[in-house]
Amino acid sequence: MQKDIKRLSLILLFAPFALWITLLILLPHIGMVVLSLREKVAPRVYEYGFANYIEFFNEPIYWNTLIRTGSMSLLVTVLALIIGFPIAYYIAKIAGPRMRGALFLLCLIPLWVSDLIRAFGWILLLRETGVISSFLQWLGILSGPIEMLYNDVTVIIGLVYTVILFMIVPLASTLDGMDNSMIEAGYNLGGRGSTVLRRIIIPYAMPGIASGCIIVFMLTAGSYLTPILLGGKNSSWFTEQIYDQFITRYNWESGAAFGMLLLAFTSIVVWLGLKLTGQTLANTVTKT
Amino acid sequence: MKYKATMIGVVAALALSVASIAQAESTLRLLTWGSYAPDELIQKFEAEYPDITVEVTFSNNEEMIAKLRATGGAGFDLAQPSHDRVHAAQLEYDIYKPMDLSQIDTSVMSEVHLEGVKANTTIDGEVYSVPHQWGTSGLMADKSKAPDFKHWSDLCDPMYKGKTSMRLKRTILLGTAFSMGYDPFAAYADLDEYQKILDEVVDVLIACKDNVKAYWKGGDDLAALMLSGEIVASETWDSTAYRIYSENPNIVFVPPSTGALTWIDTFTLPRKGKADDAAYKWINFVLRSENVTIMSASSGAIAAVSGGQDLLPADKKAAVNAAFTPEDIANLKFFANIPPGIEDMEGKALEKIKAATGG
Amino acid sequence: MPDSTAIDLECINISKTFSDVLAVDDVSFDIPSGSFFSILGPSGCGKTTLIRMIAGFEQPDSGEIRIKGASVLNTAPNKRNVKMVFQHLALFPMMNVYENIAYGLRCRGVAKQEIDERVNNVLDRIALPDVGEREIHQLSGGQKQRIAVARCMVLDPDVLLLDEPLGALDLKLREAMKIELKLLQHQFDTTFIYITHDQSEALVMSDQVAIMNQGRFEQVGTPQELYHNPQSAFVAGFVGDSNSWSGTAVESAGEVLKVKTDDGLELLAMPNDARSTDRSQKVSIFIRPEFIQVERTRDESENTQPGQNRLTGIVDSLLFNGANSRALVRSPTDQLIEADIVLTGGFEDLKPGEDVQLIWSCEQTMCFSA
Repeated sequence: MQKDIKRLSLILLFAPFALWITLLILLPHIGMVVLSLREKVAPRVYEYGFANYIEFFNEPIYWNTLIRTGSMSLLVTVLALIIGFPIAYYIAKIAGPRMRGALFLLCLIPLWVSDLIRAFGWILLLRETGVISSFLQWLGILSGPIEMLYNDVTVIIGLVYTVILFMIVPLASTLDGMDNSMIEAGYNLGGRGSTVLRRIIIPYAMPGIASGCIIVFMLTAGSYLTPILLGGKNSSWFTEQIYDQFITRYNWESGAAFGMLLLAFTSIVVWLGLKLTGQTLANTVTKT
Repeated sequence: MKYKATMIGVVAALALSVASIAQAESTLRLLTWGSYAPDELIQKFEAEYPDITVEVTFSNNEEMIAKLRATGGAGFDLAQPSHDRVHAAQLEYDIYKPMDLSQIDTSVMSEVHLEGVKANTTIDGEVYSVPHQWGTSGLMADKSKAPDFKHWSDLCDPMYKGKTSMRLKRTILLGTAFSMGYDPFAAYADLDEYQKILDEVVDVLIACKDNVKAYWKGGDDLAALMLSGEIVASETWDSTAYRIYSENPNIVFVPPSTGALTWIDTFTLPRKGKADDAAYKWINFVLRSENVTIMSASSGAIAAVSGGQDLLPADKKAAVNAAFTPEDIANLKFFANIPPGIEDMEGKALEKIKAATGG
Repeated sequence: MPDSTAIDLECINISKTFSDVLAVDDVSFDIPSGSFFSILGPSGCGKTTLIRMIAGFEQPDSGEIRIKGASVLNTAPNKRNVKMVFQHLALFPMMNVYENIAYGLRCRGVAKQEIDERVNNVLDRIALPDVGEREIHQLSGGQKQRIAVARCMVLDPDVLLLDEPLGALDLKLREAMKIELKLLQHQFDTTFIYITHDQSEALVMSDQVAIMNQGRFEQVGTPQELYHNPQSAFVAGFVGDSNSWSGTAVESAGEVLKVKTDDGLELLAMPNDARSTDRSQKVSIFIRPEFIQVERTRDESENTQPGQNRLTGIVDSLLFNGANSRALVRSPTDQLIEADIVLTGGFEDLKPGEDVQLIWSCEQTMCFSA
């Protein structure tokens, strides 16, 4: 009797979670897989097959865009790590407790406004008649206006700005858990600054680095507005192609296939990253 | 005490909401374009028909079809797709239902537009749409800086290098095809022929990439580019051009020499709509001449009623008059029905242009 | 054997202030080669700051630190041949035991083969020859302790600093590790500086102990000297257990001083510093429990020997702890006095509630001017 009640309450406790997973994550994905395997042969006539996937591999534009999106996302991830690590280190190890809160808040503020507003902020700053260009002309550094918008560099800056918090938080929390004496021991035993960083701090922070990189990479590869709004004439992003397939071309079937391919691609990249750094997913989740 | 007061408040609120549900016999769920349902009109309509509540969802052609496709035509009572988007979507996804024209006062509609829309949207003898407003896509130029701008091909003129913009969507493909001397709408009948035209258009637009500063993505985006002077000319929607004209009268809408591309936004009933009566009432209501002006003031488009142009508010009328001569009006090119398969071809063409590393 | 002439570490007039708080106040000492030197003091007394200055993690405001005769003030922490065992050991969790020990050698650029030799050698010496491939989390507390020492010793440091390394261990292991550390120190024959707030650690292991309080060294000496011949009231109270009273000197007769305590007892004591002999001088007096003799009261009129203190009291409770058993005796002034007794479990043992006499000689009564 007691046991039954226990089991029942356990089931009830898990029900919302299970429902959420099944209804909102599992089912839509199964739906997407099924959809991606349909091919349209005539109006209202469909057959099952791999045509949508084959189409992807036959059309260089598609896989080029995917590779472009992937490599730019990797670049954004690396930049976010390089910029985020010192910030996280400062927050976790050097700043006082009050300062720490203020710094976290500073990193958080950009997330209070929507993607769209943030992108427009960058547009106002970087456009030819924008704040930076005018300011530089006013200073006399530039003789004419300069266009800093509509290119890949802008896209990368915008993305790094958007995602850096998701790098800093896991890094800071891992580093925060690190005993300061670990670093001192590194010096005490004769290590130089670079040795301590390379052999002690970075290996210790590895779970945080891995989880930060996973989150940032996934967010970047899946972002839509920032690359669209800041990107130039050649800056295609894979999510844009998915959107186009679904909405402008009414081609849900190939849109679904593209979606699954993006999921598979990012998963493979993450898996490779974990393999290369010798981390496991469970480890990165529990340590941060 | 406080608790009691709160309880009374909650009960009262509940009672009110129940009452309002009971009173509202129907809700009109409108799926339409941004600015196609100004608050002023909705309030007026609800005052006239107290038993109808209007709910509005703003969208665009592609999303309207995607939304209705996802539900098989449920969730909305009245949609407003453009006239060229009804036929194929209905054939493909069966998301609309035929209209009962006897419920609509078609006598106020302008003959040209009504017949045009009817011709476009009749399937198996049933009419699916009636016209609401029309407008054009064409060019826009700052007359002080680009006085002679009037062809689609001027966008690619090296004279304006880095000073033009366009939207990388199907309109620019069609416009460029016209400027090259083709009639793409005629070519819709023969997909191979159309593909050939598209291939040439793609080459031209890739070569043109270098000339274009950026591809605009929305009206605000375009307005900022134009008003800041970063570009001097662009492909545009007429309503955006009229809006900019009211801020800078040097910037006018330019109907391209081959004819502005004209769309007619329609009234169409989703297949599983539940308030057809309310929908018909709304259609008749917004086509009344006193309401047309309110609508046009908000949307910047011309109502498809007899004398629609005269019912425009003063500032819009000025902008239209600055843009169109009677010859231009006669030269309008109505978008033709998009047969199945065209979207895919055009989509691929656009992707090719975007992916090409031109400039 | 320690060479008594060579000095490994010299600190001269070291001071350090942290935002108005004087953490270390003009401390000087030197430590002969090969000795086990402890710094004992309550938490917050500045001992950690002192040791961190020796390691180079803090810079003294003034003063001089010399290791093997050479000043290290301008030497970076990673260049000083002073190694440290941290409070929580700070073993690197992402490296195995071998890599932990080899870390310092790699930093020095020692050849691979030599690293191998030295690591295995040091593992042999700490009697853990086969743990090289183990991960840190697989080790027991005591093993971690030894690895932390080995990680430093493999570098042949001039001085090894230990910052309360036993603090995190449970009591039983702590007792065992005390002896082990002492043996390791003998084996490596290196100067150990050990800081702790636990007097039993300091007394058991050290050749010399410095008692530190409020940034200053109160007294430096062998454990025996500190215990039996404290130079200040703080040392007397801090090292070992004692019963204490505060009072006023009433009269001095030769070496013996008569003190009237604040609660009205009259006790005889031997002054440990000169000033306390003055009349009306406020004094503190201490008596260790093992010097108090407890006798059942038989005869009220029993004579007090000259130079003896005698108090009557009632046994309040008995604290049995084998050979270290104690009685808590309530004095007439309602103070609880601790006295060591022997509880054999036999018929003769004291019982709570019995009237007793507490007797101790004035020579064992320590007295300091307050």
